[in-house]
Amino acid sequence: MQAIITILIAGLFTDNFVLSKFLGVCPFLGVSKRLDTAVGMGAAVAFVMVVATAITYPLHAWLLLPLGLGYLQTILFIIVIASTVQLIEIFLKRYIPPLYNALGVFLPLMTTNCAIMGVTILHFTTGLTYFEAMINAFAGGVGFLLAMVLFAGVRSRLEGNDIPKSLEGMPITLIAAAIMSMSFLGFVGLADGLFS
Amino acid sequence: MMMTVLTPVLILGGIGAICGLLLGVASVLMAVPVDEKVEAIKAALPGANCGACGFPGCDGFANAVAAGKAPITACPPGGSEVVKALSAIMGIAAEATVRQTAVIHCNGCADNTSEKMNYIGAQSCTLANQLYGGQTACTYACIGFGTCIEACAYNAIRMVNGVAVVDPTLCVGCKLCVAVCPKGVVAMAPAEGVAVVICSSQDKGAIVRKLCSVGCIACTLCVKACPEEAIRMEDNRAVIDYAKCTGCEACIAKCPQNTIRMVDA
Repeated sequence: MQAIITILIAGLFTDNFVLSKFLGVCPFLGVSKRLDTAVGMGAAVAFVMVVATAITYPLHAWLLLPLGLGYLQTILFIIVIASTVQLIEIFLKRYIPPLYNALGVFLPLMTTNCAIMGVTILHFTTGLTYFEAMINAFAGGVGFLLAMVLFAGVRSRLEGNDIPKSLEGMPITLIAAAIMSMSFLGFVGLADGLFS
Repeated sequence: MMMTVLTPVLILGGIGAICGLLLGVASVLMAVPVDEKVEAIKAALPGANCGACGFPGCDGFANAVAAGKAPITACPPGGSEVVKALSAIMGIAAEATVRQTAVIHCNGCADNTSEKMNYIGAQSCTLANQLYGGQTACTYACIGFGTCIEACAYNAIRMVNGVAVVDPTLCVGCKLCVAVCPKGVVAMAPAEGVAVVICSSQDKGAIVRKLCSVGCIACTLCVKACPEEAIRMEDNRAVIDYAKCTGCEACIAKCPQNTIRMVDA
């Protein structure tokens, strides 16, 4: 139980994929302009993270490692994740059109998302079990969603402000993202002191 | 030696083949039949994705029309040509539509009114409006920083001496400017054949007279002059019912403030 809570807190706050591992920054900056698209993208990422982990973990742990083919990890994961996302898209379009319409263009965008790739690979460098890896993927996805929603709020505030010409647009967005990333560093103390 | 090469090739190739096969089978098994009508409607639409129909882009509108959830006349930029094309595709009779245009209900240009402060902030109507309702002396006036001009995708609005003016021949009636104006001085009207009141002021006549030389003072002369009873007084200003207006210009002749003009004048 303690391990699970630690994983959840790490994924949400201290090891947030966007704000402390700097993965998935492209969608973080690209689609955080409006709250509804931010929520759509965040939810899609969380969903695909869990599904991708469910498929890639067994492949790596029970197929590649016993055969000593760990070096195939990256390319194999790319193939598997890309096909899975495509498969999910086809499935949703046919059977759950409302969800398909809600996720919209974000699902195909996921295919080459480094946050997804990162979560599937990092399970092994941190030595998690299959169950823990699933929890970790879920926490990472929700952490991504959290960062997206918070940042969408920050950006809507930036819109109406009188920003110096040289900082307008992407520069001020990057500065805001950096400040938010620093503020998330504050959570490190929370995780350290939780079970001591 | 052979195995060190063969195993990874087989595994990678095998998994790749399985994924490809799965996708291929899935795309056939779970194919969603695409409505031919949707494609035809998409081709007939202007493709500007302006959102004036209330649907997310031309694709959303095409889907809604094909499903019978949207009227074929709901595309303002397309005009009568699109209505004709859609009626042919859908087999619905096309009703005659009156082309709409945006009208700026204010003529508070620099010659007619004054400013109540020296505003030096951001040149945006939305922001200026948040500071004591903008720099214009009249609370209801066009602020004149052209937020509507930025919103217009068809270059139909221009700034004349500090007040926005719509060119009804260029306006397609998409209502984007109506949505962005913080003062609400932009409204829709038929693009020809009607008179429009170029003032939004809800102040009493005496106050309007002090602030602006062309404001509606609610004298009701136009109401009496109108043979069709198309004009009424509402919140201290004249309001014209475009359904009744015949464009006879009787009100224009009577108005002491020159506040009424023809929509395409």
